[in-house]
Amino acid sequence: MAVSCAETSPSAAADITDIGHCRGALPLPDGERVGVRRLGRSRGRFPLTPALSPTGRGSRPRVGRCIASIVSATIVTMALFSSSPSFAQDKAAAPRKFNIGRVATPQEISGWDIDVRPDGQGLPDGKGSVADGEEIYMAKCAACHGEFGEGAGRWPVLASGKGTLKSDDPVKTVGSYFPYAASVFDYVRHAMPFGDAQSLTNDELYAVTAYVLNLNDIVPEDFVLSKETFGNIKMPNAGGFYDDDRETAEKAFWNPKPCMSDCKPPVKVTARARVIDVTPEDAKGRPGAD
Amino acid sequence: MNEDASARLSRRRLLTGAVGLGAAGLGGAAMAGRALAGNADNLPPHVPEWTRTLGDGVGVRAYGQPSKFEKHVVRRDVQWLTASRESSVSFTPLHELDGIITPNGLCFERHHGGIAEIDPQDHRLIVHGLTDKALMLTLADLKRFPRVNRIHFLECAANSGMEWRGAQLNGCQYTHGMVHCVQYTGVPLKLILEEAGLKPNAKWILAEGADASAMTRSLPLAKALDDCLVATRMNGEMLRPEQGYPVRLVVPGWEGNMWVKWLRRLEVGDQPWQVREETSKYTDLLPDGRARRFTFVMDAKSVITSPSPQAPVAAKGFLVISGLAWSGRGTVRRVDVSLDGGRNWREAKIDGPVLDKACVRFYAETEWNGEELLLQSRAIDDTGYVQPTKDDLRKIRGTNSIYHNNGIQTWRVAPSGEVENVEVG
Repeated sequence: MAVSCAETSPSAAADITDIGHCRGALPLPDGERVGVRRLGRSRGRFPLTPALSPTGRGSRPRVGRCIASIVSATIVTMALFSSSPSFAQDKAAAPRKFNIGRVATPQEISGWDIDVRPDGQGLPDGKGSVADGEEIYMAKCAACHGEFGEGAGRWPVLASGKGTLKSDDPVKTVGSYFPYAASVFDYVRHAMPFGDAQSLTNDELYAVTAYVLNLNDIVPEDFVLSKETFGNIKMPNAGGFYDDDRETAEKAFWNPKPCMSDCKPPVKVTARARVIDVTPEDAKGRPGAD
Repeated sequence: MNEDASARLSRRRLLTGAVGLGAAGLGGAAMAGRALAGNADNLPPHVPEWTRTLGDGVGVRAYGQPSKFEKHVVRRDVQWLTASRESSVSFTPLHELDGIITPNGLCFERHHGGIAEIDPQDHRLIVHGLTDKALMLTLADLKRFPRVNRIHFLECAANSGMEWRGAQLNGCQYTHGMVHCVQYTGVPLKLILEEAGLKPNAKWILAEGADASAMTRSLPLAKALDDCLVATRMNGEMLRPEQGYPVRLVVPGWEGNMWVKWLRRLEVGDQPWQVREETSKYTDLLPDGRARRFTFVMDAKSVITSPSPQAPVAAKGFLVISGLAWSGRGTVRRVDVSLDGGRNWREAKIDGPVLDKACVRFYAETEWNGEELLLQSRAIDDTGYVQPTKDDLRKIRGTNSIYHNNGIQTWRVAPSGEVENVEVG
């Protein structure tokens, strides 16, 4: 704040340290040399406006006017209020209400409130069969996820993978990993088809979910999925999850006295990233390599 | 990481097999590169060209950009990681940065449906569910609430996820670059929830984005009322589109996926939604085939950013070792550095602010005379948590969990000054 006005003269610095913003209102100089010659180097390079320095006197009177203009402007501003402004007070007891925003209507919410929970909350009206789902899936999903949910390229695999979760190559799919069918429906409803999100009708959502469940042998071929039948679905890995237990299972990581010296025998290199060689070969990643 | 990146490692190993040539090229120019001068006519005793001519005037660079000589300081991605760039990640160039604040344009990106380009006039935040009233807020409305400024790190749960099975990527940008640390300006989420009024049975919040993935995550109400923000600004200016312009959730210390960008909806409920991103993703598969869920907190972690594979040692003699440390459980209390692969440690100097759930910058000074170094750092936070070794983590978690890899990183400094990502035992 004090950068410019405070520079006008050392003797004036003490009482003008808070008026730097006064200077912010000044126009830019026409020419640096003019400013320097008129006002002197110690004062900075921007000349004061004629309005603030009509007589071209020394810096102290100009600064005084600067303060005066702020004071008078403040008085005028305050006079415009019919009552004195005051700061809002914090009230500790009840949550504060700011009366900001407006009420969202049920109709407005309905278009965005598309989440579905495992208990069925949020499931829309409608239904869809495995057979109908196959048709939609082949047209809109199979290009990425494969005709049988096997995944094309690096796109997510949707089916198979049962019994792999303990292996070195776990395949996490709807059948092998997802604990809730609702997560599938909810996700497809939010984000699929990729690049054409939120374009499927509710019947299509039920149908495509039914087909993906059928690909995983979770529902039979003649199954029709709806709000009513959703609760019957049993996901194979429903019991495969438990809440974060790091604070007990990894309690040893809280160590009041970590070893500082001779903590282990001399170590050797056991693995090197360069052997795997999958780091992007970006030559411009190094200074001067342009 | 959307894809099971560490699982893919085994396939890549099979494909590539023997010693690669790419890494050799990366390090070959290590010391030689520094000796190259651009133009001797600019060096003493000559008067350089930028002294003999006028530069650009003001206004030419209305929104300033880094020097043209810093073009290599950019986010980078690893194309083989993901199926598409719209659902992918780019990494912060940690090796090129110092201090604790990440410049806005270098903060890593993680999108699930590309960058939403939102017209702020057409953006709305709806707050509803178990509330006294359903609230519709414009951006202008949000900016009228009281606001606070908080510096926090944001780390993707999958940061270092490609390293579970062993050293894989040569550069801290790739091994640790899914973290950034900026100052957010935002409204405490508590104030917005209280403006709508919480029903007594409210326990969880669903946060939803407006992007093409309509990202959703469930957030426990206690956290929402504690320190979460609905942020509109980062480092003073409006959020970048890549970071959720015009509104994102800030969930200090918790995994980045929960910091929903392009925030359009907050629904209050009495139980978690069990959405895809908290069931099939962002759950930690353990050796017994079961998985931890709701592993929200990011444990204490650190990495030496210089020297590192992309920032080799420039000269023998005095050497400053520098890095970043952070903890989702609180503040970083101490950082130790080892030169010999974790056999002996000494305390590093932390310089700059030490803030709750924010990055700290540490330095350790040494004399380097060309001997091999096995550099490590370990963070200790104010709960007494000590960053574990990778092997200690693997003993408990195996190698399939993808997320939450906060193991100690080892860089090997070769006599040439080159640095590489290694594991030690």
